[in-house]
Amino acid sequence: MKWVPLGLVRYTFCLGGLSAFFFLICILTGPFLLMYYIPSVDRAWADVQDLSNVVPFGRFLRNVHRWAACLMVVCVPLHMLRVFLQGAYKPPRQLNWLVGVTLLLLTYLMAFTGYLLPWDNEAYWAATVGMTMGENSPIIGAKGPFSILPPDKDIAYMLRGGTILAQPSLTRFFFAHCVALPGAMAGLMGLHFFNIHKAGGMSGPL
Amino acid sequence: MGKSGVRTKKAPKAEKVEKVARREAMRKGLFFACWGVFLGFAGMLGVSIIRFAYPRIVWEPSSLFKVGKPDDYKVGGVTVMGDRRVFLIRDEKGFYALSAICTHLGCQPLWEEDNQIFMCPCHGGRFYKNGINFAGPPPRPLPRFFMKFAPDGRMMVDKSKEVKMDFFLKV
Repeated sequence: MKWVPLGLVRYTFCLGGLSAFFFLICILTGPFLLMYYIPSVDRAWADVQDLSNVVPFGRFLRNVHRWAACLMVVCVPLHMLRVFLQGAYKPPRQLNWLVGVTLLLLTYLMAFTGYLLPWDNEAYWAATVGMTMGENSPIIGAKGPFSILPPDKDIAYMLRGGTILAQPSLTRFFFAHCVALPGAMAGLMGLHFFNIHKAGGMSGPL
Repeated sequence: MGKSGVRTKKAPKAEKVEKVARREAMRKGLFFACWGVFLGFAGMLGVSIIRFAYPRIVWEPSSLFKVGKPDDYKVGGVTVMGDRRVFLIRDEKGFYALSAICTHLGCQPLWEEDNQIFMCPCHGGRFYKNGINFAGPPPRPLPRFFMKFAPDGRMMVDKSKEVKMDFFLKV
């Protein structure tokens, strides 16, 4: 394994590691929040209130999760900016750039679905806007350009589990936030780190 | 297989070559069979999971519903039916029902009685009382839904049928 000469290491090299660190914090705190949260449209908001005001250290754990998530959303694009400006995406690291872009999208989807889980007004209308964007996306959305799917078969219908936002939608956002997206992210992060190792360690300025 | 599979010392060469070729074919066949089974199963799993995500039955409010008798509404009034996502409006020409879904990104516009306009709180889209968009990002007017009288004299809104701007349910 080749390492970047010590004199060339900058603090900006930490951004990727920081992203992974914040992901780890979210992975560690998230399951504990699940002990008090039920993804039901009738209970979700009340559960979050309980978590914030009644459960011992509930507000602390929730805020650690929340702040780590927010900082991850900040760190991942900054990490990409560093990689881009230093040309660290160049051969032999092209595949890792693509994996990184996928991880960026997954990070945003995590942030979006996590925002929806309290099911307050903010979450409900954010979900409305997000699902309408799905409806209006090209090809896979029923109302978008070049649409090929009817309203009961398009991407928004699948994400909502119906034509309106209701219990099936919250269940799906919950599944995405707690199972599908973190699983995909963990797997891709493994690939990301393996690719770094294979290409000879941390990337440096060319 | 038994003893037939055991190689004997004095086996003729041609038979030996044939055996090796057969074993090679068997090996290749098994290789493709294994991958075929694996990929076939993975494909089936993938397709079924995608299909699984589309429910056959959804429990949602009907798109056809009753909204009461004409006398329940005063001329010039706008009634917001939040659960149905519909505005019911009565003016001099009769009744009409507008979709309460902003044509920009799907939020629910609010009726402002003072200004006599609909204003969407999400991104500031504005609509006149007849549903025409005049400010902000919405690209289209609010859709207008078909209305009719039920046999019992109450009015019905049918959200599955859109009608043109000149549609009114005359009283």
